[in-house]
Amino acid sequence: MKHHLISAADLTRDDALLILDTAEELASVADRPIKKLPTLRGRTVVNLFFEDSTRTRISFEAAAKRLSADVINFSAKGSSVSKGESLKDTALTLEAMGADGVVIRHGASGAPRRLANWVHGSVVNAGDGTHEHPTQALLDAYTMRRRLGDVEGRRVTIVGDILHSRVARSNVLLLTTLGAEVTLVAPPTLFPVAVGTWPCEVSYDFDAVLPKSDVVMMLRVQQERMNAAYFPTVREYSRRYGLDAPRMGMMPQHALVMHPGPMNRGVEIAAEVADSPRSTIVEQVANGVTVRMAVLYLLLGGSEPAIGTTRMDGE
Amino acid sequence: MTYLIKGARVLGGEPKDIRIDGGVIDEIGVNLDAKGAETIEADGLIALPGLVDLHTHLREPGREDAETVESGTRAAAAGGFTAVHAMANTEPVADTAGVVEQVWRLGREAGYCDVHPVGAVTRGIEGRKLAELGAMADSAAHVRVFSDDGHCVDDAVLMRRALEYVKAFDGVVAQHAQEPRLTEHAQMNEGEVSGRLGLAGWPAVAEEAIISRDCLLAAHVGSRLHVCHVSTAGSVELIRWAKSKGWQVTAEVTPHHLFLTDELAETYDPIFKVNPPLRTKADVEALREALADGTIDCVATDHAPHPVEAKETEWAPAAMGMIGLETALSVAQAAMVDTGLLDWAGLADRMSVRPARIGHVGGQGHLPAPGAPANLTLYDPAARAVVDPAASVSKSRNTPFAGIELPGRVQATFLRGRPTVLEGKVV
Repeated sequence: MKHHLISAADLTRDDALLILDTAEELASVADRPIKKLPTLRGRTVVNLFFEDSTRTRISFEAAAKRLSADVINFSAKGSSVSKGESLKDTALTLEAMGADGVVIRHGASGAPRRLANWVHGSVVNAGDGTHEHPTQALLDAYTMRRRLGDVEGRRVTIVGDILHSRVARSNVLLLTTLGAEVTLVAPPTLFPVAVGTWPCEVSYDFDAVLPKSDVVMMLRVQQERMNAAYFPTVREYSRRYGLDAPRMGMMPQHALVMHPGPMNRGVEIAAEVADSPRSTIVEQVANGVTVRMAVLYLLLGGSEPAIGTTRMDGE
Repeated sequence: MTYLIKGARVLGGEPKDIRIDGGVIDEIGVNLDAKGAETIEADGLIALPGLVDLHTHLREPGREDAETVESGTRAAAAGGFTAVHAMANTEPVADTAGVVEQVWRLGREAGYCDVHPVGAVTRGIEGRKLAELGAMADSAAHVRVFSDDGHCVDDAVLMRRALEYVKAFDGVVAQHAQEPRLTEHAQMNEGEVSGRLGLAGWPAVAEEAIISRDCLLAAHVGSRLHVCHVSTAGSVELIRWAKSKGWQVTAEVTPHHLFLTDELAETYDPIFKVNPPLRTKADVEALREALADGTIDCVATDHAPHPVEAKETEWAPAAMGMIGLETALSVAQAAMVDTGLLDWAGLADRMSVRPARIGHVGGQGHLPAPGAPANLTLYDPAARAVVDPAASVSKSRNTPFAGIELPGRVQATFLRGRPTVLEGKVV
C-alpha cells in the first residue's frame, strides 16, 4: 500500500482486498467485551476537520481509539485556522507535534494531496470538497461484501448528485477495481460533462436500471442545487430520481439499498425505504469504524499483527 | 555609446555585423568597421527586434510585494523585451490619467524597457461605467490599449460603447473573454480532468460566447477588437471566421497556453492555476497552428506575479496566474520554432512587429535595418537550461516551468542602443 490514502485510485485490487480482509478480522473485536487493541499504542492520529462532519470524525476517532492510538481532534472552528492560518502552517504545526497519521476533511478538493507535501505522517482523506471520500467507498464495499458475499460481478447503481459527490467518485474507482459494474443515474445537469470517460455506465432513466441492480446507492441531494437550476424543484427531483416504495419493488429481491448519510428523507429516499430490511444504512455506520480501523492499522501499524499478539493477551 | 555586434544571424539568416550608434542601427553588413565602437561577439546568436508584450502585470501601484515596475521591467529585459503593456488591475486601478501617468513615469525612471500603461475600460474595472478613456489617451502615458483584464466587460452595451468611443483616438479594447455566469467559482478547464478531480469547470464556451459576441459588436460599429489570451480551439475558429470577414479583430496567445495542458492540475499544485485555465492537448495544437498561420497575431505573456503564500495553498483559494516574461522566448522557441511551425522571422513578427502594431507603440517592432531604432535582442537558440524559480529576475517565483528544461537564452537586449542585458545578465 501507498503511504497515504487520498484517492480510491491509490488502491490496487490487492490493497483493497487486504483492507477488506483486515476489516473482517478486526470486526471480531467489536463483539468482545473489551473492544480495544494495543496495536497503535504510542502512535498519534490527528483528526483535522475543516468541515463540520460529526459522524465521520467520530467514526475515525472510535477507530483510532480502539487501536489504542492517541487522538488529537483539531477542528477548524475555534482554532487558529479560523483566524486565517494557512493549511501549510497548520501542517507544519502537526508535523512539530509528531503526528503519525493525519485524517483530513476539507472543503477544498485536493487539500489532502497538498497536505501530503508538507507532513511526513500518513494522510487519510476523510472527504475533500467534491473530489473523493475513499474510506466511505471502502466501507460501502465492505458492507456489500458482508451482505452479498462478493463485490465482483455485482451491479451497483449510484443515484444522485454525481457532479458534486465525492462518494460517487471514490465508489466508481473502488468498485470497478473490485470488479463490480457501476451505473450512475442522475439528471443530465448533475453529471460532469466528461462522465463518458469514467469506467462505468451512465443513465438518465432510474426505472430502467432498477431491475438490473444488486445494490442501489442513493446520494444526498442538496436543496440549494435547485437555486442553481440543476433541477426545477425538489418535488420533481424526488419524483424522477427518488427511491420510494414502488421503485424499491422494482428491485430484485436480494438487492440492497445504501446511503452514505446524512439522508434527506422524503427527497432522495422515502422513509419506508430507509427503514426497510433491505436498507444497510445503519450497518454502514457500524462498518465505517471497522474499515477505518483497518485503514489506520495498515497505514500506521507497520509490521505488527492487527490482533492476536501475546502482548494483547496480556492487556 | 556605439556598439558593433559581430556575426549575429539577423532573423535567423546568415551571420552579419550590426553597428549601433546614437540609439539607431547605423549599418548592417559583413566585416563592418568598428569605428571605435565597443565590440560584442555574437557568434551563433540570433538577432531579433526587441520583443513587445501586450499583456504584463507589473502590480505597481498596490502589490509591490509581488512585483514593481522596476523589478517587472528588469524581468522583461532579461526575457528580451523592450516594451511591455502594464495591465490596469492595480490598486488603485489604472482608470485615471493620474494612475497611468504614474506607471508610465515609473517605467521611464527604471529605464529597462518602455512601459505602456493599459487603461481600464470601466471605472475600478467594475463593469458599470466607462472610465475616462479620453483623459488617459491624452495623458503623457498616451494610452491606446484599454482593458479590464481579469474581468470581462460582459455588459454588451458597455462593450459596444467602449469599442465605439476609443475610435476617436484610434484605441483598441483588449477583452478578457469570460462569460461570468458560466464561470462562477470556476477552477480549471471543464473536461475529463476537472470531473475526475472534483474541481469546478471553466468551460470553453464561456470564452467562445464572449468572443463571438465581441466580434459581431466590433463589426457592427467598425471598431478594433483585441482578444486577450485565447485559450481554446473553438476561439481560434471564431477569430479565423471574423478575420475572413475583414473585421478588425486581433488576438494573442500566452506561452503557457502554447505549452501546458490541464492534466497538470492533477497535482493540485496551484502553480498551474491560471485564468483562462490551461486547456487540452487539442487546444494547444490548435493555438500553435493559429499562431503559425497568423489567425492569432501575437504571443503575449500575461505575466502575473504572485507572492509565495498566494500559491502555497489548496487549489481553490489560490491566486490565478503565472509569471512568464523571462521564459516567453524559450517557450515560443520550443512550441513554434523547434516544431517547424515558425521560423525566426515569423517569431519576430509574432513577438515584436505585430504586438507593436496592435498597441500603436511608436519606435518598437521594427525589423533590424539601417535607420531603425536599436531595439534588439540577441538570443542563443542552442543553449538549454532547467528553469529555476529561485533565479528569476522577477520578484515573484510562480513559474509553471520550474524544473522543465527549455531551449534558448537571451544573451543581450538593447533598448534604443543602450544595453539592458549583456552576457545574459541585466545591467
